[in-house]
Order: sequence, then structure tokens, then C-alpha cells
Amino acid sequence: MDFSYVDTVIAKNQEKRTALISILHDIQDEYNYLPEGALQKVASRLQMNTNDIYGVATFYKSFSLIPKGKHSVTFCLGTACHVRRGPRILAEIARQLNVKPGQTTEDKQFYLQAVNCLGVCAIGPVMVVDGEYYGGITFFKAKKLIEKLNRKKSGVKS
Amino acid sequence: MRMIKSVSDLEKWRGDIVSKENQYKMVVSVCGGTGCHAYGCKKVKKGFMKTVREKGLGQKIRLKFTGCRGLCERGPIVTIQPQGIFYQRVQEKDVNLIVSETIEKGKILGHLLYEDSLTKHKVTSEGEIPFYKAQKRLILGNNGLIDPAKIEDYISVGGYRALVKAIFKMKPDQIIDEVKTSGLRGRGGAGFLTGNKWENCRNVPGDIKYVICNCDEGDPGAYMDRSLMEGNPHSVLEGMIIGAYAIGAKHGFIYVRHEYPLACKNAEVAITQAKKAGFLGKNILDSGFDFDVEIAKGGGAFVCGESTALIASIEGLVGEPKSKQIHTVTQGLWGRPTNLNNVETWANVPLIINQGSQWFSSIGTEKSKGTKIFSLVGRVKNTGLVEVPMGMTLKEIIFDIGGGPQNGKKIKAVQTGGPSGGCIPASLFDLPVDFDSLTQAGSMMGSGGMIVMDEGSCMVDVAKYFVHFLKGESCGKCLPCREGLKRMDEILGGITEGKGDAESLALLEELAVIVADTSLCGLGKTSPNPVLSALRYFRSEFEDHIVKQRCPAAVCTPLIQYSILEEQCTGCGACKKICPAKAITGEKKEQHRIQTTVCSKCGSCRDICKTNAIMVQ
Repeated sequence: MDFSYVDTVIAKNQEKRTALISILHDIQDEYNYLPEGALQKVASRLQMNTNDIYGVATFYKSFSLIPKGKHSVTFCLGTACHVRRGPRILAEIARQLNVKPGQTTEDKQFYLQAVNCLGVCAIGPVMVVDGEYYGGITFFKAKKLIEKLNRKKSGVKS
Repeated sequence: MRMIKSVSDLEKWRGDIVSKENQYKMVVSVCGGTGCHAYGCKKVKKGFMKTVREKGLGQKIRLKFTGCRGLCERGPIVTIQPQGIFYQRVQEKDVNLIVSETIEKGKILGHLLYEDSLTKHKVTSEGEIPFYKAQKRLILGNNGLIDPAKIEDYISVGGYRALVKAIFKMKPDQIIDEVKTSGLRGRGGAGFLTGNKWENCRNVPGDIKYVICNCDEGDPGAYMDRSLMEGNPHSVLEGMIIGAYAIGAKHGFIYVRHEYPLACKNAEVAITQAKKAGFLGKNILDSGFDFDVEIAKGGGAFVCGESTALIASIEGLVGEPKSKQIHTVTQGLWGRPTNLNNVETWANVPLIINQGSQWFSSIGTEKSKGTKIFSLVGRVKNTGLVEVPMGMTLKEIIFDIGGGPQNGKKIKAVQTGGPSGGCIPASLFDLPVDFDSLTQAGSMMGSGGMIVMDEGSCMVDVAKYFVHFLKGESCGKCLPCREGLKRMDEILGGITEGKGDAESLALLEELAVIVADTSLCGLGKTSPNPVLSALRYFRSEFEDHIVKQRCPAAVCTPLIQYSILEEQCTGCGACKKICPAKAITGEKKEQHRIQTTVCSKCGSCRDICKTNAIMVQ
């Protein structure tokens, strides 16, 4: 794997240790997850201990140390979505995709994620598919969206 | 863009912008809030751009892509000025008709107007809609008037007037006094007096000081800060610059959740523009005052809304809170005096400076001044963002503005204050909404989430939801929070599965008190509130789960069963078609049945059944 992108990101952030979270976000956007090699490179470039980098990478929920699927399906479980039966819809989606939230399907097509609030509470339950927001989600709507993606080829980061 | 160096520079710029705007005959604004995005406003915007271009109307019509207008449930929203026409649920296909009929002929399209669900009366303008009528939109109001990506739009509505006034006509102490006498309290949740915080920070000796804007809106069910940052970032920035000038800070940070990409983008654009205009950066307004702002992105940790954890996160560390024996105003970011305020608090500052503390303190109650934005969501008819004067009753907010329950169900409670707050039962809906009344009722104001719950919401399930949420978000530093919440989650999980026993509630209450008493930060200290308030007002629901093994709201899946009522079922087959578990059997036009062993209890059949034949017990 080519990690020259890490150099670009670190240069962009002026080699500041305080920009670590921002750097990790950029790396994840590029590689779709945080590859071990990239984290080691960050550690050496910022002259930090790899353990500390891993501490940050595992503390914050946005980061993933394993590759995500091509398409990202993010389901909101905020309070407003919860009282509008979000959890049951999510459970059904998970059952259909045969993964648990936080996992990627075996064919590496879908990464299913449950998050605590997406801040679009008025139109819950909310689901984000490849960066696009969808409101008033029912199981039926969700299923249709996923089926549509199955036919499409490219995925977008979210 | 111009470089502003004096009061007259700004006023001249404003005059030029306004006279240029007046050349347009009409302004068509398409709401670009995230809610409207979910309903397809991008396509509507593109449709308008295309039609206006094709018809050569570019000289006559100004197209604006504004921030969130609040009534998200009715999105995408399009307004036409100066007529004040308010169209809702506009789709791409409606665009041609709006241009040819409304814009060119002045005809109003009835099918796009807001219709009152009770009276069936259609209204044309925003002010006539009950949702907006009772609001006082001092902070949010400009969201619908300006394009957040254009500093000129903000200038045209009086933007940066407060900053110019503060720098040229006021001394830092005067600004602090003004904010102190206004009675402004922090909108992030705790309600600390903003002016006092500023004064404390100013009084700490030191050359390097920081101001931070907290836009890590982690409370589930709340999105006020997001809408402000996305829809009117300059108002927040202006507040921050005034604050920094008063406190003596030269550097600031806006800490934004990673989940809010549009807020990050709009804040960045606003910073760049403000720098170009001379409102930010070196030698602001040629006054010798330097102040710069950077954006710091969060990583999806709820605890980072807590000041010390947020500061650790900006420093690039794990977001663990620290003891507050020494306050952040004394020792905060990199050990320097740091003043942290919430997005909405900052946005209030220009208003106070422009209109004076007396005007500000005339709004609200004795101890809670000004307005507050709430995210009114959940099981209520009109969901969205509402801004009301402090002291308005819950009843007015939920029934007059929110329009009451959805689908004729009875409203049971409202949850305020997020995971640190609690549930307030309908019997207390006459309570005025201010910092102190809500705390007395066992909940709290919090950042402004207001999640309405009806008969279909189970309070045990809601309590479990919050404990489960906090269990996942606990940073793990203190044992009582880390382990206590886990045990509480287990007990509540047991109750919702019908495994609770006579001792469950006593144990739950005992744990709740210990977790609250022995945790370090606000997350742990307030974490038992949702459970304690639910037990205080809805104890019988807990007892039903334990003793009768039933969930009165039919939510807790292990305790419920779906069936089809013979007399109601028409055999249409809709439920059979939608059932993801393939648990429904029956021939067309004949009675259908649910195989309870296969049923996953997702409720899809109940949603789709037109004859209400699906029973849950």
C-alpha cells in the first residue's frame, strides 16, 4: 500500500500534533479506514508514540481500523429516531444484510453503522447512504435504497 | 470584497449591497438545511437555476440557497419575496410551474401551500402558519434570509454592526458589563452566566488566552447548533470576535462534530470571508486588535461536549474529562485561560451589543433571559426548530407550535435535556420552560432537545435507551460511570425482557444515586437523570413490565405479540408482501395470519395495514 498521501496530509497540517484528529479523518477519507502502515507513518512523522496514536484512533468512534465496505449505510439511533421505531428498522436491515451494526457484509459491499445522532431529528428515522440523507425511513424504503445500491457500482465515502 | 476599517466603511458597503439587491424584482429562496436536503432540495435548487437561465430571468430574480428555516418536516421549503409566499414540500417537478405561474403571472399555487390539518385552511405566508406564529425568531430568523456562503447577505441584514460598535465605541469592560447585565446564560445546558465567565477569564493574568465555540452537539434529538452553524455562521463568528476582544484572546477555535460536514464547510467559508473583509485576522478593522479562528473537528465522542474533554480533543488527545478544581477560564487549552461557549450563546452576543442589555433582559423570565431554540421532535405533528422566549409553557410549545399529537394518539411526556435530562409527564405541561423550572421538575434545559412521546412510547425503553447510550459514550475514566452504567443497562434490559424481579427497581435507584455522586464529570453526574425521572413519574410502567410481564406501549419486543384481527382483515395482502420475515400467510381476499414463531416484530405490517387489523399485545 502506498502511504505517500500521509505525507501530504501531514504537510497540510504543518506537522502539528494537535491536528492529529484532523489528520486521521483525512487518512480515513482517503483509504476508507486507518491502515496500520499509515498510523505508523503518522507516528514517525509527528514524533509520537504509536500507542498514543492508537489510543486516539480507538477512542473516537468515527475511526475504523478495519476496511469498510464499498457503500456506507449509516442509521441514526438518536432519541427522535428511537421513538419513531428506528431500532426495529435497523434490526431488520441488519438481519437482511446479515451483519451487525459496525460490520461490513461478506461481499464487502455494505458497511452498516449505527450512530447516536445525525442531527436531522425532525424527519426521523434518518438513514445516510453514501453521504446522502434520507428521512422518514421505513423498512420498506431502506430495503429499496439498498437494492438500488446493489445494482450500482461505485461507492462514495461518508 | 472590501476591507472595512470604520463604521462608515461598513455602512457604505451595506448601502451598496442593499441597493444592488433592490434591483431584483423578486427573491426566490430555497431552504438548504440538512432536513430539506434529505427531501431533495438540491434538485429543486438546480431546477430553479436551469429554468431561470433558460427563461432569461437572471436580471429580475435573485436565487438564494438559505440555511434551515425550522419547519423541516415540511421540506423542501421555497419562499418568494417580496410577496412573502411560503411553499412547502416542493419537488423538482413543481419548479417550472412556480416560475411560469407564480413568478411570471403572480398566481398562487394552492397545492404547495401549508394546510392546517384541523381546519383544512390554506395559508400563503410564513407568519400565518401556527408553527411560526407563536415563535420569536431573534436568532434563527435570519437563517431564511441569507445565503450562508455569502458575507454580503449577512451584511445586508445588519451583520458585523455589533462588532464595529464594540471595537470603535466600547471598551472591553463595557462589553463585559453589557453581557453581564443582559443576564445571558450559557445555552449549552448548564446555564452559567456568560458575562461572569468572560469577566473571570479576562481577569486571569496572562498574554495568551483562547476562546472556543462548542459545536459538538452530541445530544441525541437536538440540532439547533447545527442549523445555526450551517445557516448563519457569521453571526456565531461575530459573537466570538466580540468575545475575544472583550476577554483579550488572540486565538479561537470552533470545535465541530465530524458528523456535521456542512457546518464545517460553512464555518470555513465564513472564516475566509471575514478575514478578507477585515473582521478577522491581523489588525481587525485597523484597530490593532488581532484575532484568528481555526476549525477543529471532533471524532464522534459525546463526552467531548464537556469542556475539559473538548479541550483535550483540540489538543489532539483522547477526550477524557479532567477535574474542574481549576476552571478552564483559569487553565484550559494548553494550560492557558480559555473561555468556552456554545454556538447559540455566541450568536446571542451581536444582538445584545446591537440592541442593548435592557432590551435583551426584557425578554424571558426573571432568571432566564432572551429566547431559546428547541428542537421539537418525536411524536408531534409539526417537527422542527422553534425559537421562543424563555418562560413559555411546554403546553404552548407542544400544542400551539407543535400542533399536538400525530395520528390522534395521546401525548404522554416530553424528554428535555438529552441524556442528562429527564422525562416530564403531560400533567406538568403548564411548566414554564426556563433553566430553573426544568431542573426542579427533575429534568434540565440542556442544549434544547425536546422529544415528544405518546402512548406508543415505552418509558422503560426510553430509560434503557439513554442508559445504553451513556454506557457507550462513557470515556471509561471513572469506575462508577463505566461499571455502574453497565449494570444499570443490564437491569433495565432485563426489565424490558420480562426478567425483572422485586429487587430490580430498588437496586436501580441505589446504583443511580451512587453513579451520580461519585463520577467526575457532567456526563456521569447527570447520567441517572433519565432513569430517576422515569421512575418518579412513570413507576407504574416499570411495575407492569416486572409484575404483569407486559409492555403497555407495546414496544418491548420480548413482551409483545402481533396478530391479525379477523373482523378487520380484508385480505388485501399488503402485510404479506411487506413482511421481511415472511411470517404472514393467507390467500388474497381471505383472512391472513401471523406465524408468531417466525415474526421478527418489526411492525412493518402495522404501518402498512389500511384497516387497522394488526393487533399488538
